[in-house]
Amino acid sequence: MKKHLPLIIFAGLCCVPLMDLSSYIMHILILVLMWSVIGMAWNILGGYTGQVSFGHAAFFGFGAYTAGLLYYHLEISAWWGIPVCVVILTALSLVIGYICLRLRGAYFALATLALGEICRVTAENLVDFAQGNMGIMLRERTWVDKTWYFYIILFIAGGTFILIKIVMESKLGYYFVAIREDQDAAESLGIDTTFYKTVSLCLSGVLTGIAGAFFMNYMGYIDPGVVFPLYDISITTVMVVMVGGAATYWGPVVGAVIMVFLAEEIRSLPYIGAAHMTIFGVILILIILFVPNGIVGDYKKLLKPFKRKKEAS
Amino acid sequence: MSLIEVKDVTMRFGGLSAVADVSFVLNKGEILGLIGPNGAGKTTLFNVINGFYRPTKGDVFLNGKRVSNLRPHVLCKLGVARTFQVVRPLQRMSTLDNVVASAFIRTKTKAEAEKLSLEVLQFTGLSDDINVLSKGLPLGKRKRLEIARALATQPEIILLDEAFAGLNPTEINEQIEIVQKIRTERGITILIIEHHMKVIMAVSDRIVVLNYGQKIAEGTPSEIGHNPVVIEAYLGEEHSA
Repeated sequence: MKKHLPLIIFAGLCCVPLMDLSSYIMHILILVLMWSVIGMAWNILGGYTGQVSFGHAAFFGFGAYTAGLLYYHLEISAWWGIPVCVVILTALSLVIGYICLRLRGAYFALATLALGEICRVTAENLVDFAQGNMGIMLRERTWVDKTWYFYIILFIAGGTFILIKIVMESKLGYYFVAIREDQDAAESLGIDTTFYKTVSLCLSGVLTGIAGAFFMNYMGYIDPGVVFPLYDISITTVMVVMVGGAATYWGPVVGAVIMVFLAEEIRSLPYIGAAHMTIFGVILILIILFVPNGIVGDYKKLLKPFKRKKEAS
Repeated sequence: MSLIEVKDVTMRFGGLSAVADVSFVLNKGEILGLIGPNGAGKTTLFNVINGFYRPTKGDVFLNGKRVSNLRPHVLCKLGVARTFQVVRPLQRMSTLDNVVASAFIRTKTKAEAEKLSLEVLQFTGLSDDINVLSKGLPLGKRKRLEIARALATQPEIILLDEAFAGLNPTEINEQIEIVQKIRTERGITILIIEHHMKVIMAVSDRIVVLNYGQKIAEGTPSEIGHNPVVIEAYLGEEHSA
């Protein structure tokens, strides 16, 4: 049963569009799946390999802009962005890896944070090439109905899940975790840490970029503030994984569900306005204090109070 | 035949020479002990041989090939494995996974790597602990896990950095047995740092003594035990035989 759980969930999700749900609910589901992909991608680098990145907006934005610019300059379908961004994002990951992966721990995190911001500022200033703050708009989206978008992102998410599972059970996975646990020990056990960290970064970057390219097609409009922001993308990505559980298969998915719903709920609360960010901050602090391995990692801990009650009664 | 040759190696950190003009040879099939007071430069020398540091001066040769500019993972591929003084297991991985991760260097599939790892864990007497998270192991077993990990890379040479420190007498005897089996059953050459004189005298064929980064003596255990310079610098009177 447990082994087939991913398959059952996947099959269940395939049937969702048949249920004739409202367009708003479909939108939320698509966002959940997209964030799952970004979360899973971040998890490869941050969760398994232990290189915490605060700049995944760079990858997301590059993916989105790859799709957008193909449409804007070459006038071909923005869907080409998905295959093309594999190439572009690999190249970008190699550059970022070359600059950042020689740094360790907090310094790596700070460098990625800076790179994310550099990408945003650059995109804002490329007025001729990328329209700057005006952003790029698709004149018409491929479908008005959400069904196909849902299926596409569902398959991307499913593919990502399977890919990560395969990677993590191979030599690559062992090497990633070994690097996370002790880089020097890993190095002396014959692991080329620089190389494998770069591989991890490339995988993570490409998958995040694909989510970005999908976002361009789905939303039909992007600008630097939407796809490159520090808070809305980079930090939210980290939160999705932290809430769900770093270095677990299901963590990013669970995190995406919680974060997307929470964002929707909190946003509709009356009277608090922009203070909803505060709520996220408080949640993050609570998570780090009480369930540092996230909901999936520490679910036993979370169930404990309920179990004890049962025994008592 | 010399497997590793350390030639005039100097390692300077700022103004401090941690190792100064040290030369010695590690012959194939031998157990060479490296002793000296704290801060004598033993671990620094390991880090140079292992590729963590590039020597300020001098060179290290492996099978006649200069290796002093190579990184640790390359040296590991060439057959030099090491353990750490302060044990560094991959904490959130099980004992088995720890060894599997290092077994991958010379195996292709996961099945092969697991087979090799189980065999190595049996060899080091850790078969009962394969599913324990390595941070949960007691120190004695963690020290053996370090050795198991090194063995899983199928090395030609193992550098053991204080593999006996902090063990109780029973564990020490087990560990001595393992070290001797590494040579007799696997034909692996061993370079060992140790403070425990009983151990070092019992296992080594030859001993090199460092003090303040310099080599002050080299010879068989009994020669070293009688050497007045070594007694003065390190052993003290009660060990002089």
